[in-house]
Amino acid sequence: MKMKKLSHALVLTALVAISGAASAASATMDKIKSSGAVTMGVRESSIPMSYTTGDSRFDGYHVEVCRMILNDIKNSLGMSTLRINYQPVTSQNRVPLIQNGTVDIECGSTTNNANRAKDVGFANTLYVEEVRIAVKANSGINSISQLAGKKVATTTGTTSVQLLRKHEKANGVNFDEVFGKDHADSFLLLESGRADAFVMDGSILAGNIANSKNPKDYKIVGEVLSTEPIAIMVPKNDPEFKAAVNAAIAKIVANGKMPELWDKWFLKPIPPKNIVVGLELSPATKNAWANLNDKPAEDYVQKK
Amino acid sequence: MALDLGVFCKSTLDGEAVEHCFSSLFGLGQNADPSYLDWLMKAWGWTLAVAGLGLTIAFVMGAVMGTLRTLPNTGSSSRFLVRFSTAWVELFRNIPVLVQVFLWYHVIPAFILPLKLLPSYWLVSIALGFYTSARIAEQVRAGIQSLPSGQRAAATALGLTTIQTYRYVILPMALRIVIPPLTSESMNAIKNSSVAFAVSVPELTLFAMQAQEETSKGVEIYLAVTGLYALSAFGMNRVMALIEKRTRIPGFIASNDAVAH
Repeated sequence: MKMKKLSHALVLTALVAISGAASAASATMDKIKSSGAVTMGVRESSIPMSYTTGDSRFDGYHVEVCRMILNDIKNSLGMSTLRINYQPVTSQNRVPLIQNGTVDIECGSTTNNANRAKDVGFANTLYVEEVRIAVKANSGINSISQLAGKKVATTTGTTSVQLLRKHEKANGVNFDEVFGKDHADSFLLLESGRADAFVMDGSILAGNIANSKNPKDYKIVGEVLSTEPIAIMVPKNDPEFKAAVNAAIAKIVANGKMPELWDKWFLKPIPPKNIVVGLELSPATKNAWANLNDKPAEDYVQKK
Repeated sequence: MALDLGVFCKSTLDGEAVEHCFSSLFGLGQNADPSYLDWLMKAWGWTLAVAGLGLTIAFVMGAVMGTLRTLPNTGSSSRFLVRFSTAWVELFRNIPVLVQVFLWYHVIPAFILPLKLLPSYWLVSIALGFYTSARIAEQVRAGIQSLPSGQRAAATALGLTTIQTYRYVILPMALRIVIPPLTSESMNAIKNSSVAFAVSVPELTLFAMQAQEETSKGVEIYLAVTGLYALSAFGMNRVMALIEKRTRIPGFIASNDAVAH
């Protein structure tokens, strides 16, 4: 019985593959055109990149960019309406969901790295993340060298953990690492004094500080520990769709929309709680807008 | 799919293969940087340490609380002890273990400041130990109450005090009876120790979440971690089986080999 099902599935897959090959153009664009709908992968709480504003509505810097991109694609396909379905994704399932076609375009906070680029495609980078250090404002810590022997919090399952290890090794400093199970938990470690610093992506630090009881008690200090491009994710084997997305991105940048978007999401109060993230536009991100590219994180390391 | 076990021989710093995959285990030569295998073994050690410490606390508190719940009603102090132990059991078994871990880590140290100085694995072990002690207490109580009432009456008739009755008559039998359910509890303690990742103890679950993110080899990492959990729980099972066998007194308690393997 199981074998029979399997063989059915195989035949079906083969049929799909053949029909896919028959229409030479982009499979994703065909799907969008024939169904009149597109599925956008979004995050629940990547403030301000991509997050829920409650009631199954999603918004954010990348989400708004994606809506502009999809609008552009809608026009180029000559469609009058395009329904956008929002599909929340997690760090664990975002790559498989793009691979199996459940999600057509992921607009979250995904780092473009060489490992992932084997499985999915990345659009041109519009946001470059810098890993920074958050401390209590009255702690007197201003640089990573002052963290020797101190407790440093970071979140399990992020690249920052490995980054800290490398830094320890390279500079011969010794941190006492503590791991939060998620970003809110790591921030709680800093808040309750169980950690002296919280090392994480700048936007996450800024978002958590903005959300805290007393944002004035914390500050982001020190050198940039690492630079990573955060990009919109698209299916790997669909260069036409990726090209259409990149063309739309180029149009948005050329129209001078990006500084406006940055202002809206990083410097002004954002829904639903009207918090201000308060992250200034970094030279790295400005550079990415000026020279649109889809280089993975590995290339950013070598540049340094 | 093909498994790429080479991931365990890679350095945790730069992802390159290291010289001695098994180095730090058998002292064949020290790696400059630890490999994922070294890290896995260290994480396993943490899992066993948390489970072992938690289980020790659980056995002591569980045996005490379970015994106190069965005290005869002979005065106000014994009534108090029965109530206290009942409250203990109901408190610790009615709160999810993860919530208890957070309580011990984040909430209680805010009120009892000296607890802040304890390392987090101690706090997790206390949380895990108290949670498991509530379950063990119930099993010990069941063991004691399964004895015929004549046992206690005979001890009293011999002139033994309450403490002597428990020490020489009731507990030696009751504790032997409850070894099989205690085996399950001991194995549960190993599995429940995975909650320790939530408060920053670098044990197997934390290793799995972090290493699979760094290496993108989730299948291999989770298989290894699953194997170690299963191995630890099975090892605990064998230890308890040995204890059961060694403490068995022929003809003392109705246990026959045909039934109890």
